[in-house]
Amino acid sequence: MADLGPLWLTLKLASAATLVLLVIGAPLAWWLANTRSALKPVVEALTALPIVLPPTVIGFYLLILMSPNSALGGFWVSVTGTTLTFSFTGLLIASIFYSAPFMVQPLQSAFEAVGRGPLEAAATLRASPLDAFFTVAVPLSARGFLTASVLTFTHTIGEFGVVLMVGGNIPGETKVISIAIYEHVETLRYAEAHQLSAGLLIFSFAVLFLVYALNRRFPINVS
Amino acid sequence: MSVRQLQLSAELALSDFTLKIDEEIALSGITALFGPSGSGKSTVLRILAGLEGRAAGRVVFEDTVWADSARNTFVPPHRRPVGLVFQDGRLFPHLSVIGNLRYAESRSPAEQRAIGFDQVVDALDLATLLERKPDGLSGGEKQRVALARTILSQPGLLLLDEPLSALDVRRKGELLPFIEKVPDVFDIPTIFVSHAVDEVARLADQAIILVDGKVSVRGELPELFQQLDMHGFTGNFEAGAVVEARVTGHDAEYKLTMLDLDGRKIQMPMVASLNMGDQVRLRIRARDVSLALSKPEDMSIRNCLPALIEEVRAEPNTAFAEVLVRIGQQALRARITRQSAVELKLEPGGEVFALVKSVSFDRRVLISARA
Repeated sequence: MADLGPLWLTLKLASAATLVLLVIGAPLAWWLANTRSALKPVVEALTALPIVLPPTVIGFYLLILMSPNSALGGFWVSVTGTTLTFSFTGLLIASIFYSAPFMVQPLQSAFEAVGRGPLEAAATLRASPLDAFFTVAVPLSARGFLTASVLTFTHTIGEFGVVLMVGGNIPGETKVISIAIYEHVETLRYAEAHQLSAGLLIFSFAVLFLVYALNRRFPINVS
Repeated sequence: MSVRQLQLSAELALSDFTLKIDEEIALSGITALFGPSGSGKSTVLRILAGLEGRAAGRVVFEDTVWADSARNTFVPPHRRPVGLVFQDGRLFPHLSVIGNLRYAESRSPAEQRAIGFDQVVDALDLATLLERKPDGLSGGEKQRVALARTILSQPGLLLLDEPLSALDVRRKGELLPFIEKVPDVFDIPTIFVSHAVDEVARLADQAIILVDGKVSVRGELPELFQQLDMHGFTGNFEAGAVVEARVTGHDAEYKLTMLDLDGRKIQMPMVASLNMGDQVRLRIRARDVSLALSKPEDMSIRNCLPALIEEVRAEPNTAFAEVLVRIGQQALRARITRQSAVELKLEPGGEVFALVKSVSFDRRVLISARA
């Protein structure tokens, strides 16, 4: 039986990254969907970067940013006494950057599809902007939230290059499934590699299948 | 009925023209904001509701400044006591009808909840729709829910942005009675945007006519629609005058309703719902009015009213002329040929008989004898 540690660690990382990105990504996507600011294309380009850059490039800069010699890394060491690099927290920060487009882009499209109309209606019914966001924009973008969360979660599970750069291979701390598989292959333990690979494949398929099936069976009514 | 003072001066560049308005309006009952499509009517409502942050100018309602760009004052839409019913209703699709209504009610200031939930559901006949989702409603039903929702937010000023324009004639007819009773039942001054002259004639107490972003004419109804220069707005075919008359009785045998128009008797196909003494508004199209110099006998047209010519306006390059005739305090318009106008020597001050072929009744009862 393969060691299940990497599996739990991967699920923990993906869940945490998805939750944090929901909190950060939703306001960012909201801002992008509604702003007329000249900064919009800059921010859009920045959030899209992880899609086009090799993970090693992101990983490299994050490694430099989080190293104890940098301002951020040094601050972290002085506050917590541990380094950001090669830790779960560092891995989580890296995952948030790496998976951000998968949260922000679907949400931005969903908010844009809702449009100003329902929110203007809410405003004329005395709903404050925050109130209208939670009671009108979010429910009407429910499908976008589902898509964004699933993509972020599964994309974080599949991440390899960034993890390798900033996380390394510490069991229980940074050794996620993709790293474990790589290690098994390197050491020619194909049986274990198979178990984890097949497990990840089936899990990912099952999650995606469930989402699409639910979507079809219970379409979220936003017309 | 309450009167509310509105001061609106606004300037906003739109794609084709610049909207420029400077008006002080005493709002009471229904005020129509009327004009051709694309004249900036809806934008005026959006400025009042606070949805056009780019607009320069000043909006003061009663004694409260809603916007003053010179002093950087801007009250955001959710803090203005104003309700806007959008052209397309904009119901929240994720909420049922009752959910939509409660959304508005729960956000209205508790101490201002003068209008009760049941009262609104009753007045707009929504009891059977409450559990439905907006998607399953007809266009007219959606607009009724949207109107009810806005009323439940307890607005001090109600704005209706062409709520009838998306509906076919039958649905329009169903919704009109609901709209016309809003100012009476709920006592909310209402501004109603429309480009349809029949809607304005039926609903409005006063009208503001907007052309290319500027106020062109403004006045009380029905007097406003009796002026000849209204022509450009109403078009030849539909052009006519709106007059007020009092019901004097019914003729059950011939199915007729008799009315008194400033001392002249007229009759129209029976409207059984009217009572003796009801004050009603009638719309008489210019093309349904002919003129005669003497009282014709042996004629099928029953409505023959002595009148005084006030103005004759020939339309250059057409066969037609429009004649404004006065009947007591009120006025009618007749559309005749230029040739007739010349041959009959129609001149201002001349006495004629106005022959009215048909009268259409704007169902609005101004003063009900029963009440």
